[in-house]
Amino acid sequence: MKQYFKYLAILALGIVSCEPEFDNPVNEAGAYSNGEADFSRYVALGNSLTAGYADNALYITGQENSYPNILVQQFEKTQDVEEFAIPYMNDNAGGLLLGGTQITSNRLVLAVDASDNPSPQVYTGMQATTEVGNILQGPFNNMGIPGAKSYHLVAPGYGNVQGVAVGTANPYFVRFASSPETTVLADALAQNPTFFSLWIGNNDVLGYATSGGTGEFQLNNLDPSTYGENDITDPNAFAGVYAQMVQALSASASGGVLINIPDVAAVPFFNTIPNNRLELDAETAANLTGYFQAVSQVFAGGLIQQGVPAEQAQALASQYAITFSEGPNRFLIDVEPSDSNPLGFRQMTPDEKLLLTIDRAALAQGYGAVSLSPQVMQILGALQQGQTPTQEEANALFGAVNGIDDADALDEAELANVRQATAAYNDAIEATAVANNLGYVDARELLNQLAEGGIAFDAGIITSEFVTGGAFSLDGIHLTPRGNAVMANEIIEVINTTYNAQVPKVNPGTYGTVTLSNEVE
Amino acid sequence: MKKILFLGLFGLMAAVTYAGGYRVSLQGQRSLAMGHTGVAVVNNAELAFFNPAGLVYLENKLNIAAGASAVFSSVKYQNSEFGLSSQTNSAVGTPFYAYGSYRINDWLTLGLAAYTPYGSSVEWPTDWSGSHLVNNIDLQAIYIQALASVKISDKLSVGGGPIYVNGSVNFNRNLSRTLTDIEGNRANVTVDASGVNAFGWSASAMYNATEDLRFGINYRSEIMVEAEGGDADFENIPNSPLTPFEDTQFDASLPLPAELSVGVSYELLDKWLFAFDYNRTFWDVYKSLDLDFAKPAIPDSQNPRNYENSSTYRFGLQYLANQTVTLRVGYYFDESPVQSGYFAPETPRNDAHGFTGGLSLNLNDRFSIDASFLYNRYEEVNESYAPDPSDFPNYDGVPFEGTYKTSAFIPGLGVTYKL
Repeated sequence: MKQYFKYLAILALGIVSCEPEFDNPVNEAGAYSNGEADFSRYVALGNSLTAGYADNALYITGQENSYPNILVQQFEKTQDVEEFAIPYMNDNAGGLLLGGTQITSNRLVLAVDASDNPSPQVYTGMQATTEVGNILQGPFNNMGIPGAKSYHLVAPGYGNVQGVAVGTANPYFVRFASSPETTVLADALAQNPTFFSLWIGNNDVLGYATSGGTGEFQLNNLDPSTYGENDITDPNAFAGVYAQMVQALSASASGGVLINIPDVAAVPFFNTIPNNRLELDAETAANLTGYFQAVSQVFAGGLIQQGVPAEQAQALASQYAITFSEGPNRFLIDVEPSDSNPLGFRQMTPDEKLLLTIDRAALAQGYGAVSLSPQVMQILGALQQGQTPTQEEANALFGAVNGIDDADALDEAELANVRQATAAYNDAIEATAVANNLGYVDARELLNQLAEGGIAFDAGIITSEFVTGGAFSLDGIHLTPRGNAVMANEIIEVINTTYNAQVPKVNPGTYGTVTLSNEVE
Repeated sequence: MKKILFLGLFGLMAAVTYAGGYRVSLQGQRSLAMGHTGVAVVNNAELAFFNPAGLVYLENKLNIAAGASAVFSSVKYQNSEFGLSSQTNSAVGTPFYAYGSYRINDWLTLGLAAYTPYGSSVEWPTDWSGSHLVNNIDLQAIYIQALASVKISDKLSVGGGPIYVNGSVNFNRNLSRTLTDIEGNRANVTVDASGVNAFGWSASAMYNATEDLRFGINYRSEIMVEAEGGDADFENIPNSPLTPFEDTQFDASLPLPAELSVGVSYELLDKWLFAFDYNRTFWDVYKSLDLDFAKPAIPDSQNPRNYENSSTYRFGLQYLANQTVTLRVGYYFDESPVQSGYFAPETPRNDAHGFTGGLSLNLNDRFSIDASFLYNRYEEVNESYAPDPSDFPNYDGVPFEGTYKTSAFIPGLGVTYKL
């Protein structure tokens, strides 16, 4: 009788070990393919976009959701890969300490005020705890260095803590540089990557753009050591250093992808504050129109007094007879006074950009318009009665214009510089990709798509709309986890085509967007 | 004594879904070994569940049957578009039954029954790709029933009685696919309610057409388990007025649906017994699992189910090998109440083929040991959870798609005692 139970027990154990099995299990070898690429040791080079920087800071969950880390998790479904080491920050507050003093601010979070209006605020729920001087033991596969420009990746001493204060080193690289004098490229090459990605050059124009074009376009200056922080790198200097890096990286790797530079016009940092937000009621519009008529007349009168022929004087002064209408009007912007615009202001043109960082409260209080003080109103009244203003009164009248500062806007000339440089960089990147048989990822096109209509996913459409669009973090420049997922999918598509691989994509809907918190000051 | 030992071995109870929906058809080892047939079989005290009307035809004055099963069940999920895969790691469930009947006189037998016809225990890896639908669920219900079986004639009897149910549920899921706190921990909610009571009934009839041919019918009523004031525990919620989730109470109701069984058995040459049962389970009461949270700021949770009535077809065969050994085999086809587009990973069930077998060993005139096993075979199925917005306008989740494959193996042991 005991025999029966024994058989029953054996039968039971035999069938219990029968797990459910799929016909084509996705978690077993052969489900996907790495094609001609070898992802076993993947190294990602780049700047903040590669590091997973978001919300104006680098923090752990952002690093986890960087596109390189998303990619490697998909690579792992095609072959065995080595651990993808990331130089993790110490916390999710973001913010760096140098010798105990905080040198970069905490991350932004989406907070709401008492009347439920959301806005990005600096997170204060915990202290920043990442000390730059605590050097991490590498090597690290994610070599994205926030703030790095093309030529920084080959600059010795870029990871030397002594250089942080004087601006020759980058605190993010200091944290994991193998030695103070090494370069980013050298540390990458030392790992003998079997596959690499390179997304560099954004900051070569972005520093200029986010400063409102206050730097110089260093066209034909091939010596980056003479550049200022907000300057645009010469396209030839960029192309030279770029080709040099890619040649070195592709010498031993099975392959790689080169990612081009998006148009600054596609990111919310330059598109969220419209330049026509001067909302006027009928009376104020009429007052402003009257004011500028007065300005134009007084200015013409002054010129004629100085002996300028009346016709010429009126032609020059007519640019100041700006008219306003009820509803939205474009702001006024200050420009360098010149012979063609002696008063140094004009109305913004439709394409010109205001930066996300502009003081919005000031805009509501007359910044970008005119301060119609009682004194100015008095002068206007006197003018209407036919009085001729004194020089002092004329100056007070002209001085009432409170135009947008250069640092808060990208004007047409500045935009042209940025576009010219970006186009030249992208030509160089594409040519380098072709010359080295590498994948070429058109991030510019991808971000334009996000800005113009968006990209569909299983829960709607991802757009570059600030806060609500899902692609961009609260700094308006860097991607959210969902934005990184979209980027990773684009890269996967290029890899699959270039290397005849079958790397599965990710579902952007399972990646988050902006982080909510009211732990702010 | 051995009965107590066996029950002790299997512990108390944790039922696992392996049949359609959260119905757990393991209400007797002898019946289960024959494909869980029994509405027209007079065998032992398992009749208390299958057809109380038949109790009055048992030969002995006192009849006891008790037992338990060990449910080894696993579900795999995968999505080939994104290369996702997960597998449940569910605890071994041990549904049980205990039945007794006592003949008062020639026409009346009284009985008492305890059994666990509904339950579910599914545990996915925390934060897996379907975690916004379920991380884990543990649903238990113990039925306790008083029975009367009345002989109207040698050919016809009726039976039935009131049912008391004691149930509990514990369910955890993430609030969405992406919401986290500042540290990246997924926001989730656990709802827990225990000691929930409800009442129902069953009624049955048996007709012995000839000495060898019997017919049976049994109906068990729907029982609505109303959880009131259960605990809802929200974790990892961002510190923001935009996410006003905080610990609170909830109300919810879960139907344990009615079931109608009809069947026939035929005895051949005194050694062979053939049985066929047809079950109809009235799942269409289960439209949606709605959680109503006490705090008004917290949006109520709607979880569409849209189950439909389902049928099960059962076949069993018994062979009396000798005085000591009785052998049994069976097969059933179990239709899932889960409809296409409502395939939630909480009860990821498609149609099942059940293959059963077992034996009884008569240790003496009074005491026998009943053993059974059940192997459930499921087809691999491509399915989605994507409730129809025209039916469930308040449900705002996105489709969750993938391929599922389930396996279940359930050995069981029981005892029969008669005096």
